[in-house]
Amino acid sequence: MTEAAPLPRPTLREACEVHHLAAAIEFAGVSLQLPDGRSLLENITLALEAGTVTALLGRSGSGKTTLLRMVNRLAVPTSGTVRVHGDDVAGKSVVQLRRGMGYVIQDTGLFPHMTVARNVTMVPELAGRSRRGFAEQVRQLLTAVGLEPSRFSQRYPHQLSGGQRQRVGLARALAAEPPILLMDEPFGALDPLTRAEMQDMLRGLLARLRDRGEAKTVLLVTHDLDEAMYLADRIVLLAEGRVEANLAPGDFLHAREHAVAEYVCAFHRGERRVGAS
Amino acid sequence: MVAPGPASGLLVLVAESFLRQHSAEILTLTLEHLWLTGSALLFAAALGIPLGILLTRYGGLARPVLTVANIIQTIPSLALFGFLLPLPWLGERASRIAIVALTGYALLPILRNTYVGIRGVEPAVVDVAHALGMTGFQRLCKVELPLAASVILAGLRTATVTAVGIATIAAAVGAGGLGEFIFRGVASVDNRLVLAGAIPAALLALGADTLLGWLESRCKVPGPDRR
Ligand SMILES: Nc1ncnc2c1ncn2[C@@H]1O[C@H](COP(=O)(O)OP(=O)(O)O)[C@@H](O)[C@H]1O
Ligand SMILES: [Mg+2]
Repeated sequence: MTEAAPLPRPTLREACEVHHLAAAIEFAGVSLQLPDGRSLLENITLALEAGTVTALLGRSGSGKTTLLRMVNRLAVPTSGTVRVHGDDVAGKSVVQLRRGMGYVIQDTGLFPHMTVARNVTMVPELAGRSRRGFAEQVRQLLTAVGLEPSRFSQRYPHQLSGGQRQRVGLARALAAEPPILLMDEPFGALDPLTRAEMQDMLRGLLARLRDRGEAKTVLLVTHDLDEAMYLADRIVLLAEGRVEANLAPGDFLHAREHAVAEYVCAFHRGERRVGAS
Repeated sequence: MVAPGPASGLLVLVAESFLRQHSAEILTLTLEHLWLTGSALLFAAALGIPLGILLTRYGGLARPVLTVANIIQTIPSLALFGFLLPLPWLGERASRIAIVALTGYALLPILRNTYVGIRGVEPAVVDVAHALGMTGFQRLCKVELPLAASVILAGLRTATVTAVGIATIAAAVGAGGLGEFIFRGVASVDNRLVLAGAIPAALLALGADTLLGWLESRCKVPGPDRR
């Protein structure tokens, strides 16, 4: 055995490339000009590290949904690049790109004319996979999101509660085992108790996947600061078309930036009022 | 008080002898009527459904195409049969004229309902179809057509009832069908002949309406507002 030569120090460019590889989703100078000339997103540069959860906060209309939809090309920036695992999404087949990432939205995302089981296995069905394994897959996925397969797999979406529907939506998003999950206010329409259950379920699920070495990169749009603090590794605040903050949850609460402080102040106002009197 | 007995007995007798005398003809003309409307509906569906789908993909075409279909619909049927009469290949056989004209009338409801039905699919559902990576064809077959099926069938139903009715006028150009009886009855002031055409035509329309209505309800998307 020869003595191992010392590793050469990486050049700055190489270091950047290594960084690129670690970024599962990357926005590079992304802007979106609306048809009316208004600029919705301005030069957004943001990297989401593989295997992490990033919460995207901001006012209604600040462009969160649009930014999320740029990742699976449901929206297209007017300038700049979006890269997924280092590749420009514009150069990929949209069908393959989209099948490679889970997508969960607030409401009515399930196909109303299909059973829970068929909804859940839709992406494998689209990819032409053999239906033989589907029953077992439905069983595993429903169990993973906390629904008893025998009770729920043959139901239709209208026979489910709001929380159950969101669980099915999540199961469907996980079916193709995508490394990326895009979640747009997934729990936004739920009552606080159900929402808390869903957050626990999601957190547990992500942790289990991480332990199995299948950590997901999650982009989570939410209006709920508490949800962001509970689930996310990074919190990004979007305001006036720009990234106002990109912080760890611990830093977010105490950040000095005006936009962040304002956002944080908008929460727990009732608590403060009752506490003050 | 007038006893109903003898009078109605006579009526039944008259009707019976009429039916016995004309039953073969009623059957032939009913079958002819079915053939005319059935083939016209088949053509109209084969043309209207794909065209309706095309309109949802190329929105700019929708207005002009629907306008043309609308205009065809407003041409008085007798006039349309007349217009087609002198055309070379068509004019040779009256049934060809009838089928082409009926196809024209059946086209609008089928075309319009296909377009409206697919456009009416909830945007969030279409959005998810895109997001899951469906190809255009998969989205059409797995999401849009199943969700629009009951609306499309409703269009087919309107088209059928319209076509069965208008087909009675095809007899004016000699295409046959139950209109034969009606025209003959009007010419000879014989109400029995008029009824011999009108009643089976009405029954055909009613039957088709019921059958398609049943199919339509079978295709309704399961939901809390299911009727
Ligand atoms: N392609 C587009 N054309 C026109 N308006 C758009 C387009 N994309 C987004 N918008 C507008 O941008 C605004 C913000 O959109 P959105 O991303 O949904 O914000 P958020 O999710 O933060 O509430 C909305 O008012 C929407 O109308
Ligand atoms: Mg939004």
